[in-house]
Amino acid sequence: MEVKTISRREYLKSTGALIVSFSFSGPVSRAFAQAATPAGTEPDATSLDSWLAVSADGSVTVFTSKVDLGTGVITALAQIVAEELDVAFKQIKMDVGDTAKTIDQFSTVGSRTIERGGPQLRQAAAAARMELLKLASTRLETSVEKLRVSDGIVSVTGSPEKKISYGDLVGGRRFNTKITATGTGWDLKVAPEVRAKDPKEYRIVGTSVPRTDLPPKFTGEFTYSQDVRIPGMLHGRVVRPPVVNSKPRSVDENSIKTISGVVKIVQEGNFLGVVAETEWAAIQAARALKVTWSAPTTKLPANPDELYAYLKNTKSFREQVATDKGNPDGAISQASKKFEATYRWPFQLHGMIGPSCAVADVQGDKATIWTGTQGPFRTRKSVADLLGLPENNIRVIYCEGSGCYGRLSTDDAPEDAALMSRAVGKPVRVQWMREDEHGWEPKGPAQLMTVRAGVDAEGKITAWDFMDRSFPWTESQGNPLLASKQTGLKSGGQGNSNGTGGGGDIYAFENQKIVAAGIPWMHPDPTPLRTSNLRAPGELARCFASESFMDEIASSQGVDPVEFRLKYLSGNKRATEALLAATKKAEWKERASPAATPSASKVTGRGVAMGNRGNTITAAVAEVEVDKSNGRVAVKRITMAHDCGLIVNPDGLKNQIEGNIIQGVSRTLMEEVQFDANGVKNLDWASYPIITFGEIPDVEIVLINRPEMPALGGGEPSIVVVPPAIANAIFDAIGIRLREIPLTPQRILGALKV
Amino acid sequence: MARISLKVNGTPRVVETDPSTPLLYVLRDDLGLNGPKFGCGLSQCGACTVLMDGNTARSCTIPVSAARNRSITTLEGLGSVAHPHWLQKAFIEEQAAQCGYCMNGIILTAKVLLDKNPNPTDAEIKRALDSNLCRCGSHLRVVRAIKRAAREKA
Repeated sequence: MEVKTISRREYLKSTGALIVSFSFSGPVSRAFAQAATPAGTEPDATSLDSWLAVSADGSVTVFTSKVDLGTGVITALAQIVAEELDVAFKQIKMDVGDTAKTIDQFSTVGSRTIERGGPQLRQAAAAARMELLKLASTRLETSVEKLRVSDGIVSVTGSPEKKISYGDLVGGRRFNTKITATGTGWDLKVAPEVRAKDPKEYRIVGTSVPRTDLPPKFTGEFTYSQDVRIPGMLHGRVVRPPVVNSKPRSVDENSIKTISGVVKIVQEGNFLGVVAETEWAAIQAARALKVTWSAPTTKLPANPDELYAYLKNTKSFREQVATDKGNPDGAISQASKKFEATYRWPFQLHGMIGPSCAVADVQGDKATIWTGTQGPFRTRKSVADLLGLPENNIRVIYCEGSGCYGRLSTDDAPEDAALMSRAVGKPVRVQWMREDEHGWEPKGPAQLMTVRAGVDAEGKITAWDFMDRSFPWTESQGNPLLASKQTGLKSGGQGNSNGTGGGGDIYAFENQKIVAAGIPWMHPDPTPLRTSNLRAPGELARCFASESFMDEIASSQGVDPVEFRLKYLSGNKRATEALLAATKKAEWKERASPAATPSASKVTGRGVAMGNRGNTITAAVAEVEVDKSNGRVAVKRITMAHDCGLIVNPDGLKNQIEGNIIQGVSRTLMEEVQFDANGVKNLDWASYPIITFGEIPDVEIVLINRPEMPALGGGEPSIVVVPPAIANAIFDAIGIRLREIPLTPQRILGALKV
Repeated sequence: MARISLKVNGTPRVVETDPSTPLLYVLRDDLGLNGPKFGCGLSQCGACTVLMDGNTARSCTIPVSAARNRSITTLEGLGSVAHPHWLQKAFIEEQAAQCGYCMNGIILTAKVLLDKNPNPTDAEIKRALDSNLCRCGSHLRVVRAIKRAAREKA
């Protein structure tokens, strides 16, 4: 498989200069595309040619709007197509994320790419295989039933000399075949009536095919969105307000007069940026530009206590009921023992290592955008709305950026670049500086969770009442992004929910209610505490609360936390097996928590947690060491059992799980956006530390493969169990329950002193 | 503006630029070397790392004038997909990245470590890389790749 990128080697060869030369004639020209879709038409989901094309050499190009965010998912999708077509993996070319060439399969979000995008491509490939067999049947003068395919060669069973390749059958020509396609986005059903291969016959799916994107990433030859260069391109930098949004009252152009190479100060409404001939000139100018800002109209809560009080006391605008069974209120009132606890989760950053970056070329009423967006079609819409142009006048071309964990589903940089490009009439590359990214990226929302339970005389949980109070994603699809807001576009609504899963829904209780309440977070101006989906949205917090709470009840009864959980997993075979697999691998010793508290200054503990995100089941055991003298927690080992149905690429999946665990440890122990009434205070990595090499735990992974099931997502589900497993292990070690993330040394020391 | 002579990946180069420009932008924008990446501009994350006279340097905060006549190696100077350096080969074998944006700094830092200490322990590897941030969580694979490189080179 190869992913279509513009390699530096290629452009050096082709131009002899330091500029990428894109060979299409106009911004929305398809001459460059070589797509099977004819020029001048939008790809149509009911045309087989919109999904794939077979070249004369037998290679197969797959067109998909699903993109690789560094997760390796495009390699996995290529495996699925190669499998279904019976061609060698290396014959697959993936042409991803170009709105001129692909069908909108929805953004690459929510661990849904394998689950939803996989079947879409698999069925398109199955339909193509059927067409190819029909053509072969005519050419080889035999029935389709007698044909077999191996590595793209169709031959007649029993007469292997009678054969023809895919390339010879259709190479370079269109299929001109209609297929059925109903629904839109990730609900799009492609050729559902075509029978796909029996998973028992899989040879490519299920193997650890190495990722094709990785070698050039280790040599500097990979072209990231940050590396795109267009002839005549200028450099832009944004000038954001220093505090919670205020408006530029006056801009002193003389303040940057001495910086050579400045092309233009771009102001559109409250949006402000600087365009220059070089990056360094743009950076210096953006820093030096003297702007008088108006007093902000928005005030943020001044500190975390005010924030959580706001979450607690503000009337919700929406309540989503995830589970509603029996009468929890009544059952709790009659219970022999009642439990209640509240848990806090702070705002956190996505924290891309490479800040937002995009190139825009706005020419007249057309525009081309190069960016690392998770949703090329979403970006096309947002740029179209911003520029007041029809969507099909905009072409978005995906180029992979830095890992983004949800941040680039709200891709801001294309808007900044588009405004600046329009203002100067030339292509403009915009990269946010570190303080722009930390300060203005949409944050993972803060959450406040209250859990109540009733336990009967036998120690059985009879009632469970879980309430999550969370901000929505202010930057939801349909709501304008930062530059759009600055130019005056208004939000249509409060924004999408921060999810509902993880509040104890994996367990069966007689009376059970799980509710996610949306707390209003609209401000007249954009704020640095704008919010969006951050990896496994809301679910880390809810799982932290529900799984800590389960532990609290188990501990109060002196029952081993694994044994306690198993009672409520009865009938859930996959969850039971995952829990047992993780605890077996971790050599879990049955006993109640906390461990007998030793007097030593360094104490150890172990904790367990269960999760179920998007029907992928995860179970984790964390082992920690707590230094009571300084409050430091060392996570020594995390053991994870992972069941996402059929596994497409075991090593790719392990890579994802390792990443989830490590990022999860970081978010549990150290990450919290600091703010005051004016804005965000941590604007660099020193003030928002993330995990470093010295703090990495050992990781053990147990993959549970279920070939009889569909393939489900692996990009997020394993992160949700990390915070509660660690919190439970800390409790096991020190006997103190911590209910506020992050579990910093200060918090632990504070708790130890009480 | 000034004319500044540099030696990059073994080749003498002359650039005409504002001498206060951080080396990073000269390498990327004037010389078309995409290995070094902008991450923070504050010497905090390591994405912009290059080798200067054999030691790691953070090109986002070093003015190009300070690199005059120094020998600079970028990730491209190690090897290519067609002819990977043994260290790059080990990273490929271990599939030691996700997005890979931080890998420039990690691989070059590992190169300096292995030049000085051909057979490092896990703890020594982690210590050497402690100022290189990776958000995807590829740390364990990186450690494995460096150990593999040390083993296979020996």
